[in-house]
Amino acid sequence: MKLQEYTQSSHNFEECMKCTVCTAYCPVLQVNPLYPGPKQAGPDGERLRLKDPFFFNYALKYCLNCKRCEVACPSGVKVADLIQAARIKYDTSPVKWRDRMLASTDFMGHLARPFAPVVNGVTGLGITKTMMDAMFKIDRRRTFPKYSAYSFESWMGRHEKEQAAFAEQVAYFHGCYVNYNYPRLGRHLVKVLNALGVGVQLLEKEKCCGIAMITNGMKAEATLHANHNIVALSKAVDKGLMVLTTSSTCTLTLRDEYPSLLGVDNSGVRDFIMMASRYICERIEKGAELHFKPGFHKNVAYHTPCHMEKLGWGVFSERLLKMIPGVEFTMLDDACCGIAGTYGFKRENYEASQAIGEPLFNQIKAVNPDVVACDCETCKWQIEMSTGYQVMNPISILAEAII
Amino acid sequence: MANNEFDVIIIGGGITGAGTQRDCAMRGLKTLLIERSDIATGATGRNHGLLHSGARYAVNDPESAEECIRENMILRRIASHCIDETDGLFISLPEDDLSYQQTFVEACRKAGISAEIIDPQLAKRLEPMVNPDLTGAVKVPDGSVDPFRLCAANMLDARLHGGQVRLHTTVTGFIREGDTITGVHTRNLNTGQEQDFFAPVTVNACGIWGHDIAALAGVNVGMFPAKGALLVFAHRVNNMVINRCRKPSNADILVPGDTVCIIGTTSTRIPFEECDGVSVTPDEVTLLITEGAKMAPSLSSTRILRAYAGVRPLVSADDDPSGRNISRGIVCLDHEERDGLKGFITITGGKLMTYRLMAEIATDTVCRKLNIDKVCSTAVTPLPGSGEPSYEEVARKIWEKPSTAQKAAAARLGNNAARLRTRNRLDEALVCECEEVSVGEVNDAIDHLEATTLTDLRRRTRIGMGTCQGEFCACRAAGLLAKAHGCIERERDDLKAFLQERWKGNFPIGWGDTLREAEYTQWVYKHVLGI
Repeated sequence: MKLQEYTQSSHNFEECMKCTVCTAYCPVLQVNPLYPGPKQAGPDGERLRLKDPFFFNYALKYCLNCKRCEVACPSGVKVADLIQAARIKYDTSPVKWRDRMLASTDFMGHLARPFAPVVNGVTGLGITKTMMDAMFKIDRRRTFPKYSAYSFESWMGRHEKEQAAFAEQVAYFHGCYVNYNYPRLGRHLVKVLNALGVGVQLLEKEKCCGIAMITNGMKAEATLHANHNIVALSKAVDKGLMVLTTSSTCTLTLRDEYPSLLGVDNSGVRDFIMMASRYICERIEKGAELHFKPGFHKNVAYHTPCHMEKLGWGVFSERLLKMIPGVEFTMLDDACCGIAGTYGFKRENYEASQAIGEPLFNQIKAVNPDVVACDCETCKWQIEMSTGYQVMNPISILAEAII
Repeated sequence: MANNEFDVIIIGGGITGAGTQRDCAMRGLKTLLIERSDIATGATGRNHGLLHSGARYAVNDPESAEECIRENMILRRIASHCIDETDGLFISLPEDDLSYQQTFVEACRKAGISAEIIDPQLAKRLEPMVNPDLTGAVKVPDGSVDPFRLCAANMLDARLHGGQVRLHTTVTGFIREGDTITGVHTRNLNTGQEQDFFAPVTVNACGIWGHDIAALAGVNVGMFPAKGALLVFAHRVNNMVINRCRKPSNADILVPGDTVCIIGTTSTRIPFEECDGVSVTPDEVTLLITEGAKMAPSLSSTRILRAYAGVRPLVSADDDPSGRNISRGIVCLDHEERDGLKGFITITGGKLMTYRLMAEIATDTVCRKLNIDKVCSTAVTPLPGSGEPSYEEVARKIWEKPSTAQKAAAARLGNNAARLRTRNRLDEALVCECEEVSVGEVNDAIDHLEATTLTDLRRRTRIGMGTCQGEFCACRAAGLLAKAHGCIERERDDLKAFLQERWKGNFPIGWGDTLREAEYTQWVYKHVLGI
């Protein structure tokens, strides 16, 4: 046995040097004094929890899992993972019906989508919002995402043959949002990839990535989804396909949260999962050509979602947007929008959520762009609701710009 | 009785002295305890913090084993807030002789220790960090005990019974009347003030330094200074005490204590001159890691916080060069019978967790000399802070929704944490982030537990004992001390000394994360704070 062979501990939380940079970068701590902050909730708290689970602090639920602490940490401590793992392990209170409902994006989408016009109408009503607030503590001030009249999967079913005709193929993990709420983003991706000579196919029955289940304490359900998805992803990878995505959070979940929070081995597929913006950007930089509409002009302000920041891939979306002739590009300041998936929908978090996002909202209003670009659907809801500006995925902007 | 006259003077503020003062005070005596430094600075605070079941001594020293198990059960009752009832395992590894297990278990049973042979698979489930190659395991009622808390609680109780304490005060000589010791000359090391105190009986409870105190009184106690080195790991790897099931040897006990775990010890004879400044050698560090990793393999990659050493106050009986075979039994010397010197008693030997029995024996002797007929009640009277079944209940009784720091305070102070209840928001701010110590708890230690320096605060609150080793808490606590004393200059020196002392413990294991952290601390204090 090699003793103390590595100069650093194999127990990741022990690498914390207490420099407190994570705490300075935490968006929650700046608006909510009840939250102990990432250093205390993460590596410091872990020592006490190892002594006795009694020392678990329920204020850890205020963590919105933005991962900014991990990006900031100079010692490579997985601060946010420590906090999420502690919540999963030590928070023994039963999952609320509200959280269960919010977390089951797949199931809810499945139920609601066939009745989209009715559901969309009803969720927009004041009376519905008041009832949801009273019954489930889902904040009445929140605007709900609209459901689509058709699902992306059904659209792909109709275009399967023409996609199969392309010599080069990729798989697409579309996620719940594209499937139930906004199939147009999926169609935009298909348009761009087809223009590059690449055909798109679906995975063999993907399920929700499960991130909302993870953050709402539904580990067992999330693990079922993860195991199912790993099988589906493996089949695509075995066929030699890259798996592209258009949601930064789904991507982070498939690549990083599965092994670190659910203990699900994804080593066989991880390196083949990639944001579409990166894939397209790299292809164009290697010489692939797209034909742009003449006279296209758009003032675009790009917001890097926190999870894109964690992936380190915001730079690809930036480069992709800058490639489009006629795009006037502004990089928005590094900031969290405050929604964090289901977090901002909960009444107890609404004020904090809006306070966290305020600097970003103010900057967007000051820049006054034609459109805000962003790779995350929940950031999109938050920014659209809070600023009135339209938010588009960089892929959609690209799709609009090409012939 | 004049202000400087007492029934009994106790020299030594370790656990033996504190326990003796408590016992004497509870039997109605007017007591004074004199300590040249702070509470628990010697061997009391420099050991494993192991609440022995006695199993370790069962084969070779049955008398000690019986003492241990009796006191073990008593301490669980009277000092619940200082005890962690973890239970312990005695494991056999492939290189150990498994047949020793039978001898061991029989000896345990004879001593009254419940020792249960369990399946190695069950042992792995009970303690997942144990070496998976183990061939046998015995479960015993070991535990861990916080020596600082235990010592403070005894002193606190002595004070509640009228006892007086003089810390940072050294005995410079004895006052004699013929062949009787009637008092002591003392000097306060902080103020330089010299003072005489008188009592018909003086108890020497100075551990290994009892040798020097006895010499000062003109008698000889043949002590045997045996150094033991230990390592502190940065978190609790194991939740049960792990021992090796073999003849006691080096580095074969791993104890989970509070937020850390401790491996030890070694045993080396050292000269008396070295007792004041023992340090840990590279060979000892290597031995401790190597042997430790045999019991819990993950220690080989766990961050080490510090290395430290203590000196056992053994009384030499033969020429054993290692000190292992000397009885760890209790030695109480009545120097009137032994040397013809009246009014002087030495209480030594023993162990941290048999302190109460040592105190009882010493107090019995004191009472005999003073012709007082009072029965010892320390075994049935809980110490201040003790009494609730768990710190969970303490915390919930005091606070509706306890924060982590409040939970931690309840675990440290027991019932006495109620003193922190009425404090304001500022008092809830954290001084120490690693161990969750609040401003209120630090001020409480200054106000109620006689803490005058950062090191004193460390022993009472655990500031500076966590992963950062004083990086953040030291300057904050120094600010509170400066405020309490109204003196910045003195506190600045104290802060320097404290950081130096923290570094002393980091130095022998100065690599990896510990070194990075020490460098960072140096940068903060030298370049940011200009100290």
